[in-house]
Amino acid sequence: MSGAPQIVVEGVSHTYRPPRGREVRALEDVSLAVGAREFVALLGPSGCGKSTLLYLIGGFLPTERGAIRVEGAPVAGPGPDRGIVFQHFALFPWKTVRGNVLYGLQKSVLPAEECARRAQSYIELVGLKGFEESYPSQLSGGMQQRAAIARTLAIDPKILLMDEPFGALDAQTRSLMQAELLAIWQRTQKTVLFVTHDVQEAVYLARRVVVMSARPGRIKAVVESNVDRGDPHIFKSKAFVEKVDEVWGLVREEALKAQ
Amino acid sequence: MKYLPLVLLALAWEAVVRLGLVSPELLPSLTSVIQAGWSLLKEGDLWSNGAASLNRGAAGLALAVVVGGVLGILMAWWRPVYALAGPLVEMLYPMPKSALIPVTVLWLGFGDGSKILLIFLGCMLPVTLGAFNGARSSDQALVWSARSMGASRLRVLWDVVVPSALPELLNGVRTALALSFVLLVSSELIVSQRGLGYLIGFLGEGGTYDGMFAVVLVVAFLGFFADRIYQLFVSRMLAWRD
Repeated sequence: MSGAPQIVVEGVSHTYRPPRGREVRALEDVSLAVGAREFVALLGPSGCGKSTLLYLIGGFLPTERGAIRVEGAPVAGPGPDRGIVFQHFALFPWKTVRGNVLYGLQKSVLPAEECARRAQSYIELVGLKGFEESYPSQLSGGMQQRAAIARTLAIDPKILLMDEPFGALDAQTRSLMQAELLAIWQRTQKTVLFVTHDVQEAVYLARRVVVMSARPGRIKAVVESNVDRGDPHIFKSKAFVEKVDEVWGLVREEALKAQ
Repeated sequence: MKYLPLVLLALAWEAVVRLGLVSPELLPSLTSVIQAGWSLLKEGDLWSNGAASLNRGAAGLALAVVVGGVLGILMAWWRPVYALAGPLVEMLYPMPKSALIPVTVLWLGFGDGSKILLIFLGCMLPVTLGAFNGARSSDQALVWSARSMGASRLRVLWDVVVPSALPELLNGVRTALALSFVLLVSSELIVSQRGLGYLIGFLGEGGTYDGMFAVVLVVAFLGFFADRIYQLFVSRMLAWRD
């Protein structure tokens, strides 16, 4: 990490005001800095506002209190510099895999041939060669999430916002996708902000784990995770197990409070 | 086979008349109805009146689908439109549309115009409500995905909200299609000098009951085939669903 951080969150609070019912204070005075090419996990119990923080950085929700800057500029709305991947994939169900991956590319200034070439290369990167003409409803959950990741990578965002992207997948698919995401991250060197409530997943994927408190969400602790990801038996290694214990200890209290 | 009950019904019809269980004055035999239909076809009455009815129905329904669809989607997309049109749509939806027959005649007379207006007004609301409900339930994550990939708000309306609304909108159109036949035939029965409804009334008043039954059957089959063709069209449009 060199120079100014890429993402700066300063004193951000956020309250949901539903048309009916009580308002909900989701975030309380959150400050965070993320450097370019960092992989950071936002970890916390459900309802702690970690997704809200992601949506604010994405520009999907307006920043009410505090400030969020990406590369020095205040966030004023969504933009192709920040790609997002959702838990339930959010593929356009009426478009094929190819149509989905092409969608963002066609909004760029690239010529049609270049769009098609890039779409194909990202489809192949996530291992969906042969499924280009399939509709999302014809694919398994894991394949849908691969397609969604390809769609987001295709617009070449500097920052990847991931909102519990593997939360809807079965355990085996999830662990395969985690390893693939690490490989993609190493190859493409994007900044990743990864929301999860899974301690193991956070410790395995992220170099820095931001632990959030129960609602209203505050940053409770930031833990470095320098486990050896090249180790084929990493999940049984002492360093990994201890790190998971340490982070779990922090999350546990909050999870109990959130119940 | 699926259409066996229909065949049985036809045989029963013929049998009750032939056996003298029902007077032919009340129910002409199926064979005489078919014969009467055939001669109406040969003499051209069925064609000219059928064409008049289908033109009216198609024009009214097309207007209803376009205006109703656009209105429903805009109601979901932009609050002021909802504030203005929402209460009206809700209030007018349960109203029996045939009550509008004298009103449209008063405005546009006995010709095509009043029938087209009636079908347009009567069929618009099911389309509007379908479009509105479909558009309103479009997934927030899809809208956000499109926005993050560089789509403007207006572009999202076309790229996400409209296709999200499509399944329910097309359902509303199906209701409207059935309703259009009801409104068409009843308005032609009451006030018209052309059309299948008019022909039914004309033959009935003149005591030509086999002919009258023949036209009733034609209307029933037209309604059935229109629905079938429409469902084929919908399964094409929504092929991505399964």
